Amino acid sequence: MGIEVAVEGLSMSFGRQTVWEDVSLTLPAGEVSVMLGPSGTGKTVFLKSLIGLLKPERGRVMVNGVDMVHASERRLYETRKLFGLMFQDGALFGSMSLFDNIAFPLREHTKKKESEIGRIVLEKLEMVGLAGAETKLPGEISGGMRKRAGLARALVLDPQIILCDEPDSGLDPVRTAYISQLLIDLNAQIDATMLIVTHNIDIAATVPDNIGMLFRRNLVTFGPREVLLTSEEPVVAQFLSGSRAGPIGMSEEKDAATMALEQLQELERTGGEAEGEAVRSIAPQLEPTPGLPPRAAVQRRRERVRSILPGLPPPARQAILAGFTEAGPVRAGSGAGPTAVGLGAYAPEGPGADPELPPLPRRRSSGEGGRS
Amino acid sequence: MSVRESTFPGVGALRQTGRLFALAASVVRLTFKRPFQKREFVEQFWFIASVTILPTALVSIPFGAVIALQVGSLTKQLGAQSFTGGASVLAVIQQASPLIVALLISGAGGSAICADIGSRTIREEMDAMEVMGVSPVQRLIVPRVLAAMLVAVLLNGLVSVVGVLGGYFFNVIMQGGTPGAYLASFSALAQLPDLYISELKALIFGFIAGVVAAYRGLNPGKGPKGVGDAVNQSVVITFLLLFFVNLVLTAIYLQIVPAKGS
Repeated sequence: MGIEVAVEGLSMSFGRQTVWEDVSLTLPAGEVSVMLGPSGTGKTVFLKSLIGLLKPERGRVMVNGVDMVHASERRLYETRKLFGLMFQDGALFGSMSLFDNIAFPLREHTKKKESEIGRIVLEKLEMVGLAGAETKLPGEISGGMRKRAGLARALVLDPQIILCDEPDSGLDPVRTAYISQLLIDLNAQIDATMLIVTHNIDIAATVPDNIGMLFRRNLVTFGPREVLLTSEEPVVAQFLSGSRAGPIGMSEEKDAATMALEQLQELERTGGEAEGEAVRSIAPQLEPTPGLPPRAAVQRRRERVRSILPGLPPPARQAILAGFTEAGPVRAGSGAGPTAVGLGAYAPEGPGADPELPPLPRRRSSGEGGRS
Repeated sequence: MSVRESTFPGVGALRQTGRLFALAASVVRLTFKRPFQKREFVEQFWFIASVTILPTALVSIPFGAVIALQVGSLTKQLGAQSFTGGASVLAVIQQASPLIVALLISGAGGSAICADIGSRTIREEMDAMEVMGVSPVQRLIVPRVLAAMLVAVLLNGLVSVVGVLGGYFFNVIMQGGTPGAYLASFSALAQLPDLYISELKALIFGFIAGVVAAYRGLNPGKGPKGVGDAVNQSVVITFLLLFFVNLVLTAIYLQIVPAKGS
């Protein structure tokens, strides 16, 4: 199970320019969270602060009892082994082939034999769809491939916390959909805490359990996905609909005068009729690929959300409850339902099935047991 | 980065100096931390040696010759021709040799190290390494600094030999000096500690060149131009530092080690 990341009162500035201040949130263990925000609101800076690459002025980031902001170098390095960070452009080592890049963490931190390293590396390469490209240098492949190779490298040590910096930028919509599915499958397989920083609304709507949004140097909101997806907050609504009307401007944010003018124009155009009255429908969350174990986080999240339910705004509450009843018969039916489904999907598969699925050892051992 | 940083004239330079020393200290500390990066060390040693050996040899021949000619003509004026050998050999071993090493190790080796580290830094490779729980200083910088030190020491030996041979050639063949007087004055004036200080200087120069190059490489400006500027600055800073350190070391050496025969 993943590790909880607790951020308390984090503030960051470069010189006189404040990036964001007083950000407090908790990434629940094992759940997938997304941090949204317009370009240039310090999402990447936030990610790098979580892992201790950048030092915020105030606040704490608690991971496994270690404060990533103030910890000593030794504890910092020790704790970082729990993380896997996928950089925006991969940040691969330019002088090494993809194979060596992905093998790097294994060679540095484990005493595995070279044959075993090779097996793990090829498995991860296949997982991100780069099988056969292991001898290429990072300079010889496209940006999207570099990004996927960066993800493979982040995964190679089986991290407890996975941070993804814009997994979609530079990818086509189809590959973005594959990456989304991959992230959900990963979460089902290794149950790691995940934080995805993005401005892609499709990812935000279908992947995470929780969503937060950074705007105007503040954390606008952070909570269960339904809260943000049903939010009436002008910033959130504008961002989700991708329209020009709203507080987000081209450069960073609009001043009050421009906004008032725009609202007036909007009012004239629509004749005073308020828009956006219809409750936005919430896209269903992605499920793990059939054959994978159900996400353990779903059950945990349900209990957690149920306990905070009374404090949530009514639309979010409705959406959450609707989600509960919808999924109810299949998923909530205690342990029996999902397990049966999972096993049912497995049963017809023979030995030669996809080798990267975790239940493989179990099957193999039972096969051996049968033979002996 | 923080708001609390005070500002007064020259604080930037002080801060940079402090960080440079901090890096030097962590290089020394991490040198003794296992596992030692043997492979990286050997590769870097070979790389630095390959870019410096030929230029060094080519520079040291004329350098030895110039000193031999200059000292030769001076001693002729003074009527002390028999001491030409000793004087020019001392000049080569104690001063010329470490300085040539300093120029080459910072100009050829240091600039290559700085450019390499700098371009990796702006490609976020250093960040990636830190995120994976690997210290870039231990993994990349320590082997480079040690390689630069070892290359400097060996180069210093090379320069001494080539320089002395060049001096001998020019003095004996070109200026008509006598081989016997050249060698005799050599052993009359030179002593073993002269060689020791020469090698010690080279060792320290190699360390400084490596640390400065790594420091500038780890803290480049923005973008590719920043790396170019960093390389430029690293060479200039190293030159200034090495000539100053050479002055200090020479002064101390001349104070504490009595000259032979005095």
